[in-house]
Amino acid sequence: MATSLSKITAQRGISLAEATRRIADLGWLPTYAQQALKYPTDYKFVKAPRDPMKQVLRSYFPMQEEKDNRVYGALDAGLRGNMFRSVEPRWIEWMKLFLAIIPFPEISAARSMAIEANVVPGHDLRTGYTMQMVDELRHSTIQMNLKKWYMENYIDPSGFDITEAAFGKCYATTIGRQFGEGFITGDAITATNIYLQVVAETAFTNTLFVAMPSEAARNGDYALPTVFLSVQSDESRHIGNGHSTLMAVLNEPDNHLLLERDIRYAFWQNHAIVDAAIGTIIEYGTKDRRKDKESYAELWQRWIFDDYYRSYLLPLEKYGLKIHHDDVQAAWDRIIKKDYVHYVAQFFSAGWPVNFWRIDPLDERDFEWFEYKYPGWYKKFGAWWENYRKLSKRGNPPIVWADTGYVYPHRCWSCLVPCLIREDMVVDEVDGQLYTYCSEQCRWTHKVAFASEYEGRPTPAMGRFSGRRQWEEVYHGWDLADVIKDLGFVRTDGRTLVPQPHLEFDEREMWTLDDVRGYELRSPLVDLRQMTPEDRERHIAEYRKGFTVHKV
Amino acid sequence: MATVEERSAEAGARKFPDWDSRRYRYYQPIGRKATLYEDVTVDVQPDPDRYLLQGWIISFADGTPAYSPTRTRLKSSDWHAYRAPDEEWERPHYQRQSAIVRMIQQAVANGRAQGAVSRFDRDWVHILQNHFSASKHAEYGMGIALMSGQRDGMTQMINNSILVNASYKLRYAQDITLYLADIAPDLNGALDEAQGKEHWMNDELWQPTRALVETVLAATDHLEQYFAINIVVEPMILELFRSGFIAQAAALHGDFLTPTVVSAAEADYTRNMVNTVTLMRLMAKDPVHGTHNQGVMAEWLDHYLPLAQNAAQHLQPIWSLPRMKVHGFQDAYQTAVSRVNTLLAEIGLDGNGGENS
Repeated sequence: MATSLSKITAQRGISLAEATRRIADLGWLPTYAQQALKYPTDYKFVKAPRDPMKQVLRSYFPMQEEKDNRVYGALDAGLRGNMFRSVEPRWIEWMKLFLAIIPFPEISAARSMAIEANVVPGHDLRTGYTMQMVDELRHSTIQMNLKKWYMENYIDPSGFDITEAAFGKCYATTIGRQFGEGFITGDAITATNIYLQVVAETAFTNTLFVAMPSEAARNGDYALPTVFLSVQSDESRHIGNGHSTLMAVLNEPDNHLLLERDIRYAFWQNHAIVDAAIGTIIEYGTKDRRKDKESYAELWQRWIFDDYYRSYLLPLEKYGLKIHHDDVQAAWDRIIKKDYVHYVAQFFSAGWPVNFWRIDPLDERDFEWFEYKYPGWYKKFGAWWENYRKLSKRGNPPIVWADTGYVYPHRCWSCLVPCLIREDMVVDEVDGQLYTYCSEQCRWTHKVAFASEYEGRPTPAMGRFSGRRQWEEVYHGWDLADVIKDLGFVRTDGRTLVPQPHLEFDEREMWTLDDVRGYELRSPLVDLRQMTPEDRERHIAEYRKGFTVHKV
Repeated sequence: MATVEERSAEAGARKFPDWDSRRYRYYQPIGRKATLYEDVTVDVQPDPDRYLLQGWIISFADGTPAYSPTRTRLKSSDWHAYRAPDEEWERPHYQRQSAIVRMIQQAVANGRAQGAVSRFDRDWVHILQNHFSASKHAEYGMGIALMSGQRDGMTQMINNSILVNASYKLRYAQDITLYLADIAPDLNGALDEAQGKEHWMNDELWQPTRALVETVLAATDHLEQYFAINIVVEPMILELFRSGFIAQAAALHGDFLTPTVVSAAEADYTRNMVNTVTLMRLMAKDPVHGTHNQGVMAEWLDHYLPLAQNAAQHLQPIWSLPRMKVHGFQDAYQTAVSRVNTLLAEIGLDGNGGENS
């Protein structure tokens, strides 16, 4: 029998459990100077979390290097295999939006580890937080590199070439900023543990980083799955960090009220933001209309409802935590019964002139698939997409200003996605100012959760909504051409728009500033605030009734 | 049916406005052409002074936004000017860290296979057990401080530099821990792994160092921490101990392995030091805030340098412990002082340095 090399070279060593125990012992309790709690939290800890993964950095770095080698090798292979000859431009265009957004939440997650390590006691989980910190640097820069790769090799690089500037300015990416800023502001545990790890990473990275790459592959894009499945392989570590920290938080009964608040806020806002963006990209960014393919609603049921809600959230009840089953049901209803994703896609296509990517009109195959997966879809959305296709040609008014019956939506002050399910729109006052919300849950988030007191308990660490949150307010009363110029969404010839409502790669077909001049942009919220109480009430009632699109 | 050429989405398949705009065009590279590091780093952290149209949209309860220049006393007329000379982003970071891990593992495996560890001088083993092992806690403390510090910088370039610095320090602290655990079985009970922490916590020689490390950890200004660690603590304490003692004395005591472990930390420090000096020099020479920044850095020096000098002097007896002496404490200390002075001169803080300045 042959003797293996490993048998010859084997040396006595310590177990992984022993290694992690020694590493955890690197920490100590300072006695000469007390470390300041730089980031506030209203949570209390009675015990320190344990490290569930038992990993050490000397095994982590080579593993990650190997993962990188595979990713970058695959990108090279994609080029050698002429991927861009057969990739679907409809898909790659949506990557201009997705990849503009995602590096910011990633790097925010790296910052988040500074906060979490600062407030969570003990040193057992520090290596876990450290790995997550470096992972997030990985994700951010690997995604920036992927975007650069698309820019260098795809037929229309415009939009990729202004990516981070566009991220700071676009009406759609503002939704992604709400997501990323949620990881680094306000109560330290709310932001880092609940919003980031327990909800975003444990639940919604599955749709972000698993379901979406599958759709990419169906559209001839093998780069995105390669990068994002590699990213997702890091997420399991973050989920472990999150769960272990959550168990330590749960250990103190005094935290339960705050946990209930934060899981509610985080779940609803993740649903509102991630489902809006990823649902649209998966459903409307694809050319693959095989009917045996799962729809976003079916994916949501698998990843969020079964895997997350039933297997992760529900078991928390045995610790005495109240889980808002009604919110999970409400989110499900928004997707399956209230056409949330379809309304978001409609909104993005309505806003095409202020995008920085192209949106391809739908065709008959698309209509048939939507009708098959979502019976009744054509009756509700068919006229809109027929109009969109017709109005995508130069010489027509931009679709929002065409007489289609569409009513430009109010924006939700909380999740920043517009109030698209019209009957659910809520209006309320906070500190004497009027706001609009897409749902009761989002109203609650702003008015009740993000406040200095929660159910009679002072919550001085909780964050606040701030800044110029409503994008439309910035450009209220502006001419559309001036808005686009101010956004920087004009190509370097100084006239052709970056966004186009079609995939025509022909200068003669491409819209210019001249085609969009003379249309005024208004903020529905500014107008609403200026109305008399009676007019306002009438307007809100009318808004909640919805609208009917007719063919032009 | 369209041909492959007709439906191709390859670059150059059609010509139209900006078909060839294949560079990120929202920032100015430092050199003639953008580096890959710049492309994957610049502007990933937004800034209301550049493209963040609506400002930061969630704040802390006191109104402080997600990123705020108030989190450091240094001021800048252009936070975005800084680029890290080591140009580290994820890929080179993992490549470099992995190379170090493999280097150490191979060296230790070979050394152990040759029975080298069992031939270490027994007094030297005691030094490793008590003092080399104690130093891992100082390294760890600096890593924790930097991990916290990477939250607050005003740009991605600044935060990335602090982040990779944290990653290096925390790896090195673990390198020492696991190296000692790896060689302990070959020493048949002669190395008590618990003694390092015991000395860190209670040995009088290490207490001023621990006080210094805890003082840096307690600071809330991330650039103060970055400055204190790489301009003061590293040269005056950590490099002094690593290169001025361990690396010099080990071989004479039959130990050629420990200097291999230590060498990785020195190479790490070189990179982190150059990054820090580059950033601090930018701050010191800022056309608007340079004078203010020099004053702040001078205050930091006044605060940390005496603590570090005192801590270094307390470590002096360790130099007397080995049976064979090669390099006295005073020589090593003068090298450290000279290093600090060189760094301060590079930053533009001449005249603020150590004892001999």
